[in-house]
Amino acid sequence: MTRDRHVPSALIYACSLLALLLSALPLPASFAMLRPDFLLLTVIWFALTAPRAGGLAFAFAAGLLLDAFQGLLLGEHAFSFVVIAYLVHRFHLQVRMFPQAHQVLTVLALLFFYQFILFWIDGVSGHPVTRWARWLPVLTGTLFWPLLDSVLSRFMARR
Amino acid sequence: MALLRDSGIRAPFQRFSVLGLKALVLCALSVALMVIDYRQNQLQVIRAALSTAVYPLQLLVHSPISALENLSNTFASHQALLRENAQLHAAAQTDAIRLLRLASAERENDRLRALLNAAPRISERVAMADVLHVELDSLRQSVLINRGTRDQIYKGQAVLDPYGVVGQVSNVGPVSAQVILLSDSTHSIPVQISRNELRTVATGTGDPYRLTLNYLPRAADVKVDDVLLSSGLGGVFPAGYPVGRVVEVHRDPSQPLLTVSVEPYARLDREQEVLMVWFDQPAAPPPPPEAPKPTSNKHKVAPAVGSSKTAGTP
Repeated sequence: MTRDRHVPSALIYACSLLALLLSALPLPASFAMLRPDFLLLTVIWFALTAPRAGGLAFAFAAGLLLDAFQGLLLGEHAFSFVVIAYLVHRFHLQVRMFPQAHQVLTVLALLFFYQFILFWIDGVSGHPVTRWARWLPVLTGTLFWPLLDSVLSRFMARR
Repeated sequence: MALLRDSGIRAPFQRFSVLGLKALVLCALSVALMVIDYRQNQLQVIRAALSTAVYPLQLLVHSPISALENLSNTFASHQALLRENAQLHAAAQTDAIRLLRLASAERENDRLRALLNAAPRISERVAMADVLHVELDSLRQSVLINRGTRDQIYKGQAVLDPYGVVGQVSNVGPVSAQVILLSDSTHSIPVQISRNELRTVATGTGDPYRLTLNYLPRAADVKVDDVLLSSGLGGVFPAGYPVGRVVEVHRDPSQPLLTVSVEPYARLDREQEVLMVWFDQPAAPPPPPEAPKPTSNKHKVAPAVGSSKTAGTP
């Protein structure tokens, strides 16, 4: 993952759509708490590997779509997606050179920051969710990252 | 140059990278969206468009599960259907008899109210809506239904099921609407205890099997198995529908307030179909979006029914 890949935008849309559907799939309550933020992970991956195609506008659109799905406050996810995508985009050359474990830690930090932004916006808008379950997707998302990375990288390499 | 721009590296003598500028513009845009959306209903058009756009996706998520249900219906055995039919017939019979009694009681009630010069009871209309199997937000308790402004659903509308109050409509699009459940931790519903008409507010906990009463003083008359009814204060929920049953009263001598747990009657995590209620609101300003809490003095005891009514008679 050390160079820009040419990624057709249709593939980006397909992946994001799949991630969005996965995030809306009904699960038993105990599993639903563990669900990683699939769409954000997809956005991070494309911002890292194909920053030109999967850039900030894409992150904004994906976040807005998620807002439309969850519908609490319009723009909440759009904002946090743009912030995260900007950070990834800004440092993608460095992050690509990181060893695998280091990269996973970076993703952990990004996911944590993302949840923190949401937590903060929820608090400001008067809908705070203070349960510890809110921070679980950070961990599960981090654990899911190597899988997503290897699957998408392999898929790209084959093309 | 283009390469430099896209990789986020600053060109010489350039103070801001194009990337940063883009991020700034998009962030400002989303903050503007949030602020406008926060200030009530300004974004109805955008919201409606977005919710219509994602509705096919939500139906797609819903489809495998509903298909599975249809399949099990198709292959239900003849015997089982006959048995169910017989049970439903019996239930319908007893319900019809109860309804007869209810009708006569309603007539009597209307007559007595007329005698007392009290305002006539408010009329209600209901319609069914299907709950879609779509997860909206695992941290919040809300469900998606397949009716929207097309079917005269409005924001703040009360939602019931055959067992009790379910919640209220929090967002409405042309063909779909979101319902925030009683158990959401940001939702409160004004209630009264049916035994002594003690009024208070039931707040969600995030757990679909628990609500809490947070504002009862230690001396309040509340017992396990007390039934809570919606009080109709605030104008969002119609009065008199069952909300839940008190399952635990914890009196801590060191605390000024009671800790009361309530189990909601509605089956909040297993809804298939819900009832939407329209009722003529008594002349009052339109209800605010959140279930409003009554005045700060939450434990106000309602006066006995008779005394307030007789005041109107000569």
